[in-house]
Amino acid sequence: MSDVKKLAQQLMELDDQMVACMKCGMCQAVCPVFAETMQEADVTRGKIALLEKLAHELVKDPDQVNEKLNRCLLCGSCAANCPSGVNIMDIFIKARVIVTTYKGLSSAKKFIFKGLLTRPKLFNFLTDMSAKFQGPFEKVADEAAGTASCALLNPLLGERHFMPLAKRPFRKDYPSADTPRGTSGLKVAFFPGCVVDKMYPHVGHAAMDVLKYHGVGVFLPKGQACCGIPTLASGDQESFITLMKQNIKAFEEGNFDYLVTPCATCTSTIKETWIKMIEDENLVFIEKVKDLADKTMDITEFLVDVVGVTLPAEPKKSDRIVTYHDPCHLAKSLGVTEQPRALLKKSDKYEFKEMNEANRCCGCGGSFNLFHYDLSKSIGQRKADNVRAVGAEVVATSCPACMMQLGDMLSQSGGGIEVRHVLEIYADAIKK
Amino acid sequence: MSNAKLAKEFEKIVGAEGVLHTEADLHSYSYDSAVLDPAVPSLVIKPTTTAQLGPITKLCNENGLPLTVRGAGTNLSGGTIPHPGGIVVLTNGLNKILEINEEDLYAVVEPGVVTAQFAAEVAKRGLFYPPDPGSQAVSTLGGNVAENAGGLRGLKYGVTKDYVMGIDFFDVNGDLIKAGSRTVKCVTGYNLGGLMVASEGTLGVFSNIIFKLVPPPKASKAMMAVFDNIDKASETVSAIIANHIVPCTLELLDHVTIKYVEAFTKAGLPTEAQAILLIEVDGHPAEVADDAQKIVDICNKIGATSVRAAETAAERESLWFARRNALPALARARPTTVLEDATVPRSQIPAMIRGVNKIAEKYNISIGTFGHAGDGNLHPTILCDKRDEAEFHRVEEAVNEIFDVALSLKGTLSGEHGIGMAKSKWMIKETNQATLDYSLRMKKAIDPKGILNPGKIIEAS
Repeated sequence: MSDVKKLAQQLMELDDQMVACMKCGMCQAVCPVFAETMQEADVTRGKIALLEKLAHELVKDPDQVNEKLNRCLLCGSCAANCPSGVNIMDIFIKARVIVTTYKGLSSAKKFIFKGLLTRPKLFNFLTDMSAKFQGPFEKVADEAAGTASCALLNPLLGERHFMPLAKRPFRKDYPSADTPRGTSGLKVAFFPGCVVDKMYPHVGHAAMDVLKYHGVGVFLPKGQACCGIPTLASGDQESFITLMKQNIKAFEEGNFDYLVTPCATCTSTIKETWIKMIEDENLVFIEKVKDLADKTMDITEFLVDVVGVTLPAEPKKSDRIVTYHDPCHLAKSLGVTEQPRALLKKSDKYEFKEMNEANRCCGCGGSFNLFHYDLSKSIGQRKADNVRAVGAEVVATSCPACMMQLGDMLSQSGGGIEVRHVLEIYADAIKK
Repeated sequence: MSNAKLAKEFEKIVGAEGVLHTEADLHSYSYDSAVLDPAVPSLVIKPTTTAQLGPITKLCNENGLPLTVRGAGTNLSGGTIPHPGGIVVLTNGLNKILEINEEDLYAVVEPGVVTAQFAAEVAKRGLFYPPDPGSQAVSTLGGNVAENAGGLRGLKYGVTKDYVMGIDFFDVNGDLIKAGSRTVKCVTGYNLGGLMVASEGTLGVFSNIIFKLVPPPKASKAMMAVFDNIDKASETVSAIIANHIVPCTLELLDHVTIKYVEAFTKAGLPTEAQAILLIEVDGHPAEVADDAQKIVDICNKIGATSVRAAETAAERESLWFARRNALPALARARPTTVLEDATVPRSQIPAMIRGVNKIAEKYNISIGTFGHAGDGNLHPTILCDKRDEAEFHRVEEAVNEIFDVALSLKGTLSGEHGIGMAKSKWMIKETNQATLDYSLRMKKAIDPKGILNPGKIIEAS
């Protein structure tokens, strides 16, 4: 029992942040999970109330609170809409760390995070092996979305239409790079992220092509690791910091102006989350993390705001429609919304058309999708409906995790709509 | 009956998934938006049809179980904080718009429909539902009726009660009572629908509600006037109305609020100003142009330091930006935000604001005042930290005095938030013992066991 007391004491450290929540309930208007379940414990106000009560030992069962705490996409919609400006993401992530430290990681997560993710070489080797063996068992689910289904994997993946592992990951073609500054006079470090490396290598290639086209030098070091967000979302701060350190080490040798990524989640993690999670580290390390965070930028933001890609004078008219889904980590955390649209409008093939609720979460939420697939699916279905309603031939986005979810949702609801990264559309446009 | 047995009985009515009973679930329905202590219910029931409300109410009555109906839980007076160990009945599963009648200008809805979603559906059909409480993005129509919610358009368009044509509700025996009708005129029997408005769940459980709809205005124009003296701002409010102009919205921000909003938004507000009035007129385009000009003239004549009329939609938007940010700006200043709604006849606004500022000084607390000057409905907003016992005690004393000042100016305890638990103890100050006795006798006759949202309005403990 004294353990629960200790847990309560640790949660009290969040009290200063939690007390700012005035329980106005405005989070109900924007929370995608609440929209599905209409239950108070599924919306931010309810979760904060439960954490406060656990901290004050008014609620006795931490397991129940933990279960509610994990029913959250960490999409940040509530934080963006909160009149009191409560640091909701900080509270939820720190609370997950505290509760997980108290309860301990599940053995599956321990294996994946500590045994696999923090050992990039082993992780890469295993995914390479899987890519080789997966072929014969998979069926193409939807050609447009690029998804597959696999009866053998049903116990693991359910009825998902998933993105198969790429036959040739991005790092095979670009194990490392260090190209000089070109016409732009700029040089970036490139962080492709795990999903691009292992599932969407063509997005990485598109990024390299675009950077080359604009005369931007690229530094791509060996030894990059996962940005760490899956570990942190599960409350494993230790693995998160291990991964952060591996990445800082990999990038510290380079001489570059910006670090760019094609993944909204990686961008927001490196830019905002790394620095918040450091405890008792030496000042030199903190400086390095801060320095990298300041340089980090979404690649579409870099292209428009730094390189200077401009909008075409006349919007293109076409019966082939491309629409855009705002990844939460890009739109709500970083406020990047116009730049990816600007790049899409450069396409000579498609007319850009805004869909309804473009900035509503697709329901992926990383591991939320694994543990709450039914909820994730009903949230995603609304997104798929909105994509279809605008008559799009292609839905583009700037986050590979969203791409996986969009692919699954569109593929399962009839298919026929391509899911592409903004960079792919833009790379096609400039090749002409 | 034991809790487990009761849960089984409720399950017979609403199914197993409609009965929430875990510790976490119960605690998450123990509070609302009021700064009051929470109270944990023993069960939370979520019906999916309005017909289930009758049997639920009957079961509660038979077992003497206190029943609190909850929509979105956004009310600021504790009206949806349950009785400890009581039953919470959620209405957010009862969210169907049953009819929008474009010929006869009315709509029929279930109580759990979200206000803004309803207003948007109505607008899609070229009609208008004017009540716009600040929480409309999440608040429910049943809750709006139960609290008689107001909003920014109260001055010209009235509040929720002005749009209620009829309500079907369940009495404690679970019988359906029908009040009002779909006709503009209806004088059949007692005005039971009227009795339900602002009853805060203490007299019946709402089933379907019939709302009046109106045609939308064809044009509108917004203006901002800046004053170096709050009396001049109030005089302007009175002069506008004395000139027979009724703006749809007439909002005031006091000096403290302006300072906080500017610090938060950097929107370029004049921080030395003592007051800002935000005024919008709507109606026929010719009338709007005429009224807007008259208002500008009145503001100048009384001595506004500047008056700006919005010429474009973007300018209109930028004018309202300050008003929309009043609460967020104040809320971010300190951990706890106590938002009151003391309301006075509009001629008394300067006296009220002077009174509030004196109280702030006396108790050494920070109070920003903004609100609906046109209808005298002010929101003195106290910025504090409820964990600081000494400070919070001063806040409680200050709130007491704010209501004393409002009542001494022939005002009221609540313009739009309701009495709930927060203001029950002051009811006698505004009314008298006979009024409370009359209300209690009525309550006793309708609800002999006292199961309908006990402890609210007239039952100060």
